[in-house]
Amino acid sequence: MRNRDAHPARTAWLVIAGLLAVMLLLAGCGGSDDSSGGGGEELAKLGEGEGQVSLISWAGYVEPEWSKPFEQKTGCKVNNKVAGTSDEMVQLMRSGQYDGVSASGNASARLVEGGDVDPVNVSLVPNYKTIFSDLKNQPYNTFDGKPYGIPHGRGANLLMWNSDDVTPAPTSWDVMLDPKKAAKYKGRISAYDDPIYIADAAVYLKAHQPDLGIENPYELNEEQFEAAVNLLKEQRPLVGEYWSEATKQIAAFANGDSEVGTTWQYQYFALQEEGKPVAASPASQGFLPKEGATGWSDTWMISSQAKHPNCMYMWMDWIVSPKVNAEVAEFFGEAPAQSKACEQTADKQFCSKYHAENPGFWKRVYYWETPLADCGDGSGDCKDYNDWVQAWTSIKG
Amino acid sequence: MATEATAERRSAGHRLADLFHGRPRLQVGALLAGPVGWLVIGYLGSLLVLLIAAFWTVDPLSGELVHSLSFENFETLFEEPVYRSIVGRTVLIAALVTLTDAVLAFPIAFYMAKLASRRGKAILIVAILVPLWSSYLVKVLSWRTMLGNGGVIDWALEPFGLHGPGFGQTAVWLVMSYLWLPYMILPIYAGLERIPDSLISASEDLGASPFTTFRRVILPLAFPAVVAGSIFTFALTLGDYITPRLVSNDQFIGNVIFNNISNNLPLASALALVPIVVMVAYLLVARRLGAFEHL
Repeated sequence: MRNRDAHPARTAWLVIAGLLAVMLLLAGCGGSDDSSGGGGEELAKLGEGEGQVSLISWAGYVEPEWSKPFEQKTGCKVNNKVAGTSDEMVQLMRSGQYDGVSASGNASARLVEGGDVDPVNVSLVPNYKTIFSDLKNQPYNTFDGKPYGIPHGRGANLLMWNSDDVTPAPTSWDVMLDPKKAAKYKGRISAYDDPIYIADAAVYLKAHQPDLGIENPYELNEEQFEAAVNLLKEQRPLVGEYWSEATKQIAAFANGDSEVGTTWQYQYFALQEEGKPVAASPASQGFLPKEGATGWSDTWMISSQAKHPNCMYMWMDWIVSPKVNAEVAEFFGEAPAQSKACEQTADKQFCSKYHAENPGFWKRVYYWETPLADCGDGSGDCKDYNDWVQAWTSIKG
Repeated sequence: MATEATAERRSAGHRLADLFHGRPRLQVGALLAGPVGWLVIGYLGSLLVLLIAAFWTVDPLSGELVHSLSFENFETLFEEPVYRSIVGRTVLIAALVTLTDAVLAFPIAFYMAKLASRRGKAILIVAILVPLWSSYLVKVLSWRTMLGNGGVIDWALEPFGLHGPGFGQTAVWLVMSYLWLPYMILPIYAGLERIPDSLISASEDLGASPFTTFRRVILPLAFPAVVAGSIFTFALTLGDYITPRLVSNDQFIGNVIFNNISNNLPLASALALVPIVVMVAYLLVARRLGAFEHL
């Protein structure tokens, strides 16, 4: 071999140089095929169903218990794709292969900006009328005054702790965010592994450092953002584990690796069912630590490239119909969006337990939103989601 | 009639055979067109597209790609100290894992190649291969249980008044060393197997001590095999992101790529260039050390 080709290294370098040259050339000549339209046309009139509908949803949002009856009633076969994160949902929607998505607030603005979803003609969704009014016309589901989706349900992120070891029961996020108090639980703090967790620090600072002037924890200017990021950098050495899979956090609390952390209803219920000594802020504290909490309010949105728009409209009406919305809410452990769902829940106390009818409770819950540069008022001083992602990388180090 | 048709069909086959007859280049070309096309388009082509994306940017508002040449991502990588420490950490762990595996693998491979009976050899090979057949995730999650609070490691160390390493970089090092060990043993075993026993006997006959034989005869001949194994362990560690995610809070190159892939693909692509550059540098050093001279 070596005799025939005297300079293998030189050949290799030539190939690499050639590849690099092609790369730079292609990168430069890519051109801009800007396809973002932003705000297409809403459907004017509901027609015949197209026979099927393709959905992207959170786990537990599309289950046979209510999707099978939908198929029987409308003749629209449901193809469901479960996504794990908001980023994944955005990615899937951009493929143009789906009719709709159950988007959280940290995906919805990106979908609207990217022209991936259309406004919704709510007159074609009869059940929209009786949806709780504090869920309508919100910044994460309404853009330029037009509704871009149908609210599905909402919940708050919880503060959970090991009731054997964490006493007295904490009433504030300071147990994980105040460096002095949190030091007591060094290595046993469990934090959410996502850039959106920076908002949790902002909620805390909003209450504890009012001179920063934080109003919306997702609209942070340079100074506020830096304060939140620094707080999380101080928290970093105390964190035992950052979790992004629910099962990972359940295991960590079950064996004592984690003792205090931020969580979802799902993990809290699962641990209680296993008989583990866990607790979360009780009713006497309004179920929230005194600063309030971040949370989610999800919206069914329709793709601007939907191939089955009629079936999608039928689905959006179905999922917020009183009985179905009650089923979903109880299955998932969140407050329903449909006011009439409260009469249909199996547990008659469900709506009051989850504060579905109590707008005051939700004033202290900051639903996930996509951080945008325009601060919601067009001033452009705020940190956008890319900054959040980069900051999250530097917080974790 | 029927015979005529067969004759015609046969002649078509014959014509094809005639076409290839005496044209070795055409024969090889036809044989390789499929696999090489797959390699070039499927592997190198997609890699190229990924790397091209490193020179694009993302529109902050809509999150859509801006297809124009820019070095912004590389500036970010060089200017933000956090990326330097992530790259440093990843390369350090990859080097430690490689070293650990080489030290563990050599005696096992040597025993398999030179000392074990045929039966013993077969048993050892199966013992090394079986863990490779089980799921990667199951293995990492088992380690997670073992390393966790009150896990097997804590329990075993307790009588000595010690505590397990818990989750962190030590855990990543342990788990990775465990995961990639077979990839080190097998190449070294193959390399040692190729060393004729007569060379070792000759060295002994000439009065060399066992240590000298090892140092002057076995190691130089087996070195290319060690390097071949180290390429696996090093590259696999550089690229893994699931192990660090499950047994530590530390970020490795793969984690940052994963975190950026859906909202900032260009930055993720730029980061993906880092392991490639590191591997090229590694191979150049290996070549300097003479690892490829005996291939």
